[in-house]
Amino acid sequence: MSDKKKELKPNTYKFDTLSLHAGYQPHKNAGSRQVPIYQTTSYLFDDVDHAAALFNLERGGHIYSRISNPTVGVLEERVASLEGGTAALATSSGMSAIFLTVMTLCEAGDHLVVSSQLYGGTVNLFRLTLPKFGIKCTFVKPRDTEGFKKAIQKNTKGIFGELVGNPGNEIMNMPEIAKIAHDAGIPLMVDATYQTPYLCKPFEHGADIVIHSLTKWMAGHGSSMAGILVEGGKFDWMQNDKFPTMTKPYEGYHGLSFAEEFGPTAFTMKARAEGMRDFGPCLSPQNAWNVLQGIETLSVRMKKHCSNAEEMVKYLSNHESVAWVSHPSVPDHPDHELAKKLLPNGRGSMIAFGIKGGKDAGVAFINNVKLASHLANVGDTRTLVIHPASGTHSQMDEATLKFAGLSHDMIRLSVGIEDIDDIKNDFEIGFRAARKPRLVSNQ
Amino acid sequence: MKFKVNNNEVFASTGGRPFDKKKPLIIFVHGSGLTHMTWVLQTRYFAFHGYNALAVDLPGHGLSNGESLKSIEEMADWVNDVIDAVGHKEASLVGHSQGCLVTVECTSRYPDKIKTLSLMGGAGAIPMNPELLSLAENNDPKAVDLMMDWAHGPAGHFGGHPVPGLYHINTGTMLAKSRTIQNTLGVDFRACDNYKNGFEAAKKIKCPTLSILATDDKMCPVKEGKKLASLIDGSQVDIIDNCGHMMLLEEADRVLTVLKKFITTNYPPLSS
Repeated sequence: MSDKKKELKPNTYKFDTLSLHAGYQPHKNAGSRQVPIYQTTSYLFDDVDHAAALFNLERGGHIYSRISNPTVGVLEERVASLEGGTAALATSSGMSAIFLTVMTLCEAGDHLVVSSQLYGGTVNLFRLTLPKFGIKCTFVKPRDTEGFKKAIQKNTKGIFGELVGNPGNEIMNMPEIAKIAHDAGIPLMVDATYQTPYLCKPFEHGADIVIHSLTKWMAGHGSSMAGILVEGGKFDWMQNDKFPTMTKPYEGYHGLSFAEEFGPTAFTMKARAEGMRDFGPCLSPQNAWNVLQGIETLSVRMKKHCSNAEEMVKYLSNHESVAWVSHPSVPDHPDHELAKKLLPNGRGSMIAFGIKGGKDAGVAFINNVKLASHLANVGDTRTLVIHPASGTHSQMDEATLKFAGLSHDMIRLSVGIEDIDDIKNDFEIGFRAARKPRLVSNQ
Repeated sequence: MKFKVNNNEVFASTGGRPFDKKKPLIIFVHGSGLTHMTWVLQTRYFAFHGYNALAVDLPGHGLSNGESLKSIEEMADWVNDVIDAVGHKEASLVGHSQGCLVTVECTSRYPDKIKTLSLMGGAGAIPMNPELLSLAENNDPKAVDLMMDWAHGPAGHFGGHPVPGLYHINTGTMLAKSRTIQNTLGVDFRACDNYKNGFEAAKKIKCPTLSILATDDKMCPVKEGKKLASLIDGSQVDIIDNCGHMMLLEEADRVLTVLKKFITTNYPPLSS
């Protein structure tokens, strides 16, 4: 036997185990192996003193399901554990998670620096809706790292972006942009919906707040709307005087300073105590449970999503009807090397490609595929397609489309986990239909 | 609030209430490498129920300036200095882990000042694993990861924080990494390892004392906590099942309930 001393190793649970167990203790729930669905609006108080203590954040617990719910709480802890975060707050959708994040961070008169390549709904929130609350934004192309620095103003409170932009697959240089944000004393907020923590943990690359539309890959089955914000816990809200609502006494809770009292979980505590109380975009316990079912198989599904996507990239790249393919796994993708660093477990299952024949061919393709679903979602187990210029991003004018990196020939493909041959066969049907009008017009 | 102790600016959370000299004082002393934030689920209750609840950051920890104190004895004297610095003549002490060593030593040194003593995850001595000590003194983040692993019981490893949405292993990790590890955890671990006076100090304690212990505590096992408690006249012991060393987070409600009963009985609040 070797007499070599055994090295000490932490025995905390790993990703796949946390996906199944984090946030839940059966012995505190009647031994129920599955997470119970607490389908209730409200919770009994032991006595008046207990009620007062809960309302005043003196002790943990539930009051009213708009603020928190035990089933939703399991989901929040589970995602926080997978991301390596300190705390999380689930919401009714990804959009409400973004809105709640911004409203927790900013006040009227504040400014944000925002990546230009975002989901269309998010663009509209930052471009049109937030200015109504007195919050202005400067958009910067995701690859223009220096542009993020130049856009920071005195009243800038944070930088926001999608790690891999929707739908063009441009990747933000997260470590460098995080440094720019931190040098300016502001947090970096990253929408990592496309990656899930299986592909990338943004906190390891400098992000401070991570946002997900859980509706997508995390839930995975196209059944339930949900969103979440996760806090990394490293950002020091007290380093400057930019965040008085985090650091100064808050009238709404008898002079509480969130940063002093809650430190690495201060942002989430404020988002819940103030944001959920006042805006109320709560997640239903049934939807939280549905998302939990999806997360149980997250790593299994993501592997298949990514392997199918890489097969589809090869297929599309060699197809006569395809003008171009954008996916970070393609060697000539401008962010290929960055993707290898930030997405070591796979480059994701979102592909953008240009169809020869432009918009008419794109419309014909989408109208004729049978297996792939034409709809406004991504990250389903099933393969999904859409023509962004006439769908998800149709509310943008021509200039905004161009700035967002969108073209009329672009098809957005969310690769599902069906048999890869069936997806390819279906695309052949679409491509044949797409070629037809051109053949007719050439005659 | 920030105030000066021995000319060094230090921080203590007041549980969200302004400090009021008329109210009795409870001082909460955190464990190795940690900060006042570990007490958030206990201090706010006392602050809103007739007490000054001061969850201190030891020098060099959390939001306090200065260098970390190098011995448990120095920390014990420092806690006494805190009582003086805030203008009180007496206090009730609550400690967790290393904070138990500090408060036991402080109570034995200043018996007239300390009115009650509450120990969570306490022992008369906390000898350190040499490899863990070395990692902490060499600023290796693995020291924090190991501490968080050992400090949480099997149930605590799954989460289930009493405050919805908080994941306490990661929160604890972030607290322990908030300052330079070798200057906080490294110094604290060495101070714990060097301290040999716990059992003798315990024999001198005459004030009401409570020990809250946990069945799955690997860092200060129940038998060590009981051994310490047995040396203190009339000491009460409360044991929590399915819980690890981080009981003040893992079973925050249970801890608060026991603590509330003990302190309000033996050191009543200022009536409103």
